[in-house]
Amino acid sequence: MSHRSRQLKVSSLARVEGEGALRVQIADGRVERAELNIYEPPRFFEAFLRGRAHTEPPDITARICGICPVAYQTSACNAIEDACGVTLDPGIAEARRLLYCGEWISSHALHIYLLHAPDFLGHPDAISLATRHRDVVERGLALKKAGNTLLETIGGRAIHPVNVRVGGFYSLPTRADLRPLDETLRRALDDALATVRWTAGFEFPDVELDHDLLAASEPGRYAIADGSLHTASGLAFTPQEFPDHVVETHVPHSTALHASLGGHRYLTGPLARYTLNSAQLSETARQAAAEAGLGPACRNPFRSILVRGVEIVYAIEEALRIIEAWERPPRAFVEVPPRAGTGHGISEAPRGTLYHRYELGADGLVRTATIVPPTSQNQAAIEADLRRVVEDHLDLGDAELTTLAERTIRNYDPCISCAAHFLDITWEGR
Amino acid sequence: MTTPTLAVWKFASCDGCQLSLLDCEDELLELAGKVRIAHFLEASGTVVPGPYDVSLVEGSITTPADLRRIREVRAASKVLVTIGACATAGGVQALRNFADVREFASIVYAHPEYIDTLATSTPVAAHVRVDHELHGCPIDRGQLLGTITALLAGRAPDLPDTSVCTDCKRRGLTCLLVADGTPCLGPVTRAGCGALCPGVHRGCFGCFGPMAKPNTPVLIPLLRSRGMSEADVDRVFSTFTVTETRREEP
Repeated sequence: MSHRSRQLKVSSLARVEGEGALRVQIADGRVERAELNIYEPPRFFEAFLRGRAHTEPPDITARICGICPVAYQTSACNAIEDACGVTLDPGIAEARRLLYCGEWISSHALHIYLLHAPDFLGHPDAISLATRHRDVVERGLALKKAGNTLLETIGGRAIHPVNVRVGGFYSLPTRADLRPLDETLRRALDDALATVRWTAGFEFPDVELDHDLLAASEPGRYAIADGSLHTASGLAFTPQEFPDHVVETHVPHSTALHASLGGHRYLTGPLARYTLNSAQLSETARQAAAEAGLGPACRNPFRSILVRGVEIVYAIEEALRIIEAWERPPRAFVEVPPRAGTGHGISEAPRGTLYHRYELGADGLVRTATIVPPTSQNQAAIEADLRRVVEDHLDLGDAELTTLAERTIRNYDPCISCAAHFLDITWEGR
Repeated sequence: MTTPTLAVWKFASCDGCQLSLLDCEDELLELAGKVRIAHFLEASGTVVPGPYDVSLVEGSITTPADLRRIREVRAASKVLVTIGACATAGGVQALRNFADVREFASIVYAHPEYIDTLATSTPVAAHVRVDHELHGCPIDRGQLLGTITALLAGRAPDLPDTSVCTDCKRRGLTCLLVADGTPCLGPVTRAGCGALCPGVHRGCFGCFGPMAKPNTPVLIPLLRSRGMSEADVDRVFSTFTVTETRREEP
């Protein structure tokens, strides 16, 4: 079977955010081409951000993605505050981290239960999974709801939160406002620990990646809403130096741009964060990871579902910690008067590092905007994995191999709407 | 009686409106018992061929391929409901309609010749008949559930055409525009979100689009008197539902 020419194609990937396709060309037992085609139509955010006020990118860029809007809002705020030379009050920064915890919980729970787990259990979707394991799916939905409740309490809305502004928030909750979250999150913590135990029982193909890894790191805690950048190969640089290290190129088969780090492919996201920062997880999260069979590093993309579960445990504990210590800050936001300059901002979207850069004029209007989403950074690594996984399993039939190829892509929770400032697409046969 | 089929389609968008369906955490499994989800790529690899009793369409029409596809979706759907600002108004990506799309492409892409896109981003109703529209960027989860429930019961959904002000009054919120002098588009924006922005002490920025008969000429001088410049006013009307709200050049 491995000695003939074969083509694997999935024209519309299911259970991913956005629109993509995969194509693998095999001849004489070798993978000639392995492509993740992103045919999500381009929406030109970087173009129409030009001429907008410096207060607008958080709301506008949130609309790049319905699943990780807080990541867009946070990276945009970080970049504009950098351009304007503003530092947040510590209490406001904690609120931003708290909001972001909600997005990690909600987005990771969505991916684990509704998008990814059905792959491991042989179901086409979570609805079908619920016919056999209703309690499990209900647990996933409850966990996701806990994240959304946190987003709604701090952000005013779960999808495209309305309460975020450059410099902080329009208003911040009191201790009493946050009190009901305590019980919700404590129950969610049990569900998150159960999630890690449940997914630890899945069967994982034995794959080890050799890509470089990139993630934000912060002293003393697991980086979420800010930080400097670190790689597995030992580089360390600031968000301001991001363009010196990461280069985007436009390839013909995608509307997403491909990024490379010092000329080589790399991976960002849960595996990168965990491998670079696992020592900074909370005690409970580290213990859950150890019990699930994770060492201090994880380079098997199929095990990313475990790492997401561990990150939910961490995000819930972190949210509980912030709520426990919460005193409403004296002001909800810092004034951010515009000035001419360039600012850079990063944060850790659930699926990886998200970089924004804005050049502002003295009038506060955006002159240029650059956004490098995680999926565009991961695309070359995803394609390399696709090639490798297919090459290692050429003895499988076409249907099984195609399913495995799809699973390989889903491991990365690719956010294709985000990535579609990439490339273009000449797309055949939808 | 056979179980009604529900299909969800995506065009140019952020996935947020179809995510609103998955965000109905308390109702999702019950809903899945009442309808057969026949096409919903974000949630399932199972695709059942049409026709479909109800299609929810997210996203705007921005490519030649999507222009063809929306006609196929219409032909396969008994009831077609557009969900969200992209599908009902062209979305934020319709800002290209007032610019040169080739220039836009050259700003974003090194090889704009690879990009196959239309010069405009248009609402679904510009191309095919639409039975109901759910507005918002994103839509409101309660409105979505109410609409699906109504359609399953064979009646038309009950959707508001009043302004955000009515939502504010229902919530008992103090008027930001009058009491605090905060610029607010609430008086001309369609109700449905539950006055989320005034609830966090922020003026409405119009993400649900214009109400049925917006009295914008009266509001604009008020916005100016509350500190917005001409340029600020132009920008706030040229964002998430730009095709419906943009002020024409005099």
